[in-house]
Amino acid sequence: MKRELGKVPERPFIKLDGVVNRFIEVAKNRMLLVCAVFSFAFVLAGLRLLDVSVIGGLGEPSVISESARATLKTGRADIVDRNGILLATSLSVPSLYADPSEVLDAEAAADALKTVLFNLDKKNILAKLKQKKRFVWLKRGLTPEQQLKINALGVPGFHFQEEDRRFYPQGRLGSHIIGFSGTDAVGLSGVEKQFDGILRDGSEPLSLSIDVRIQHILREEIQKQIESFEAIGGAGVLLDANSGEILGMVSLPDFDPAFIKGASLQAKFNTATLGVYEMGSTFKIFNTALALDLGSATMTSGYDATNPIRIARHTINDYHPKKRWLSVPEIFMYSSNIGSAKMADEFGALAQKEFMKKLGFFDQLDVELPERASPIFPARWRRINTMTISYGHGIAVSPLHLTSGVATIVNGGIRWPVTILKRHAGQQAVGKQVISSKTSLDMRRILRLVVENGTGKKASANGYLVGGKTGTAEKRAVQGGYAKKLRLSSFVGAFPIHDPKYVVLVMVDEPKGNKDSFGYATGGWVAAPAVKRIVSRSAPLLGVHPKNELSPKIRQILELNINPGGGKKRLASF
Amino acid sequence: MTTLTRTDTSLVGQWWWTVDRWFLGALLILVFFGVLMVFGASPAVATKLKLSSYYFIKKHLFVLPIGIAMIFLISLLPPKNVKRLAVIGLLSGIIILGLTLIFGSEIKGARRWLSAGGFSLQASEFIKPFFAVVAAWMFSEWRSKTSFPGHLISLLILIIIVSLVLGQPDLGQTVVISAVWSCQFFLAGLPLFFVISFFIFGVIGLVVAYFFFDHVRSRVDRFLDPSTGDTYQIDRSLEAFSNGGLFGTGPGEGEIKDLLPDAHSDFIFAVAGEEFGVFIALAVIGLFGFLVLRGCLRIMSESSLFVFLAVAGLLIQFGLQALIHISSSLQLIPAKGMTLPFISYGGSSFLALSIGMGMVLALTRKRPGREEFL
Repeated sequence: MKRELGKVPERPFIKLDGVVNRFIEVAKNRMLLVCAVFSFAFVLAGLRLLDVSVIGGLGEPSVISESARATLKTGRADIVDRNGILLATSLSVPSLYADPSEVLDAEAAADALKTVLFNLDKKNILAKLKQKKRFVWLKRGLTPEQQLKINALGVPGFHFQEEDRRFYPQGRLGSHIIGFSGTDAVGLSGVEKQFDGILRDGSEPLSLSIDVRIQHILREEIQKQIESFEAIGGAGVLLDANSGEILGMVSLPDFDPAFIKGASLQAKFNTATLGVYEMGSTFKIFNTALALDLGSATMTSGYDATNPIRIARHTINDYHPKKRWLSVPEIFMYSSNIGSAKMADEFGALAQKEFMKKLGFFDQLDVELPERASPIFPARWRRINTMTISYGHGIAVSPLHLTSGVATIVNGGIRWPVTILKRHAGQQAVGKQVISSKTSLDMRRILRLVVENGTGKKASANGYLVGGKTGTAEKRAVQGGYAKKLRLSSFVGAFPIHDPKYVVLVMVDEPKGNKDSFGYATGGWVAAPAVKRIVSRSAPLLGVHPKNELSPKIRQILELNINPGGGKKRLASF
Repeated sequence: MTTLTRTDTSLVGQWWWTVDRWFLGALLILVFFGVLMVFGASPAVATKLKLSSYYFIKKHLFVLPIGIAMIFLISLLPPKNVKRLAVIGLLSGIIILGLTLIFGSEIKGARRWLSAGGFSLQASEFIKPFFAVVAAWMFSEWRSKTSFPGHLISLLILIIIVSLVLGQPDLGQTVVISAVWSCQFFLAGLPLFFVISFFIFGVIGLVVAYFFFDHVRSRVDRFLDPSTGDTYQIDRSLEAFSNGGLFGTGPGEGEIKDLLPDAHSDFIFAVAGEEFGVFIALAVIGLFGFLVLRGCLRIMSESSLFVFLAVAGLLIQFGLQALIHISSSLQLIPAKGMTLPFISYGGSSFLALSIGMGMVLALTRKRPGREEFL
């Protein structure tokens, strides 16, 4: 059927009217312009199509790669320790939900699901599947194997949704520092909370200053003491004395971030940074350092500790009374409260207050954790306060405050801000000189004396030259006053003491004496042995080499005359 | 069809021999391709909207035969009846548009749909073809009888329509309706001075829209400087083309389309690009170009100013809509929600275009010696 066969001849225009004819000619001419514009636009669209689909697709990687990067950046950034060991990471895990309107047989679906997830409560599942909703969670956070099995059940109406979940591969290790984040990926404590914004936006892992190995050693050794002395808890810190970096920090009891719901309030409490305690004798470090630094006392001067001090209805007594004149090193070594109080009374409240302020004992810690304690100190600083604070009563600071203060005393007198973040090469914080380096050296000598001859003998880790001070504080009873039986036993020290690199604190809360300790539960019996083991195990990891403790070079540095006024015997400090 | 002989004087027989079969064929190819695209693009959208996966497909397949029937039936009409249909259609359209403003359901911040008995109707879509024909009639009357102010009457109708459509608000439709009317006025011999004035007026109108409608401003801003806001849609759209490449991922195999909001309507061309590749997408552009130019060519030998202006108006509307849709998805112009004629899902849009194209076919039929139908 060809069209040409009967072609109807087209007639020329019927000229209805000359005017209309003229207008239609104008219209046709103008129509050419419209057609040209359309043709141009269609050609342009075609070229752009080629550009976008083919040329752009090969040449510029803009759109796809950008979106690919955007989708890769799901969840929170990782948290790693100073050596890059993973502490917290986000993984995408499947979660099971159901659309009850698609479920054909709720009973059968629930039975089928129970063949994979044995622990599910069938009644609960049935109730969910019978709800008039389009979405109910059945189980969140499945393993890939579970997902595969559930998928293989082929139950209509079961669906999976990928969700980001936070994992803490180290479990309890460092849980107080790392903290945890909730199901909706919001940091709720620790570093997770402090750096929530950074972790959320960042793809680079956040490097902490802690070292999981040190963390593990601290935890294990303190846990051991807690168990053998039936204590209620404990804390420990290992601090880089010259940078303020926290290498390890534990608070016991601790918690597993994976089972945060089961953790008690006590377990979640970070004793090391959030708890404040009257530290007891370890505070004599600061008292002695201040006296030496002010020159109100010298390494050869001393005080009469024969009689207890009676002041304002209080009596200040010694735990190991010597009933004689004691030199400054002796006061420290024998932990004389009487001597310390007299030493403090000589330089007075004003100097003491100023010194405490310089050490940061009046302020919240500067560490990057949301759980930071504010110290408690007397509002009215009377004479009695000055005297009791000299031996660590009447002021309460956190264990981390104490550790940071000791680092300042031993490292040459410079206070570095403490940090939980890794300081990268060339990143040096600004430190403040608090005491002179001469005072610092004197302090190291008498700290070593405590470990060689005094209450801290059990802290002596052979070859690593530990120097430190024990503390056995009486805990304030709930009803006010002091409870003799409830103690806070601690040891704070530095190693190697001739050139301190690290400061260690071990604190055990309410230890009870046992047979091995002959009933003692003092810092020397409870905390010092833990420090010895911690130092022996950590030092090799930290690159501290064992030294011959008797080598003349070291003896020269640590040489000390402890009793210049007394028996006139010069003692090398062993 | 072979049974239709040239001497067949039945209605259908006459139709077959006088209708523009090339144009009709191209239209049917578009419709067929549209079905494929709705199949590919709509299930993801439907699922997202918590509807059954085949919701849009079912609706599209329901509307499809009605549309094709309309094309056929309307193309049977003689020009005089096309005129009558347009007048009735326009009047009802304006009434429905008014009702929409009062009773319409609000979707995404605009009141564009009127729901009745399970169907929702977008009156502004139907107004477009009817108004193009009525305006053409008015212009041709103005030119044949100098005393008849057809151009002013059409302007008055335009103002009524535009104020109703802007009330929704629907700037895209306003632009299309005004542009078509302006083109018709231009073709009808508007003095060049006014042409330039209209052009300036149009530009001012768009600038005003930029400053008075927040959604317009944000879209233009995002087009001019993508960093100022969310360019999610257009990014996904370009990504879809890129993903499709030369040969496409295959029908139904597109991935980006699942991320593309309104993939079944305002961004269906991107889905076509992804699944069928650049060649088919080019062919679609070519098909639209062919339809517009073919129609234009057809009326170049037209003797009736009314027919000429009406067909030109309908074709410009058709071509403009296609261009806006395609250019939006290719980031040639700021993103503007506009359906791709016959390919996008959209019951009202599909039916209205069927009516428009039916009228084009009706008016471009060969009418040797049958001017009396005018």
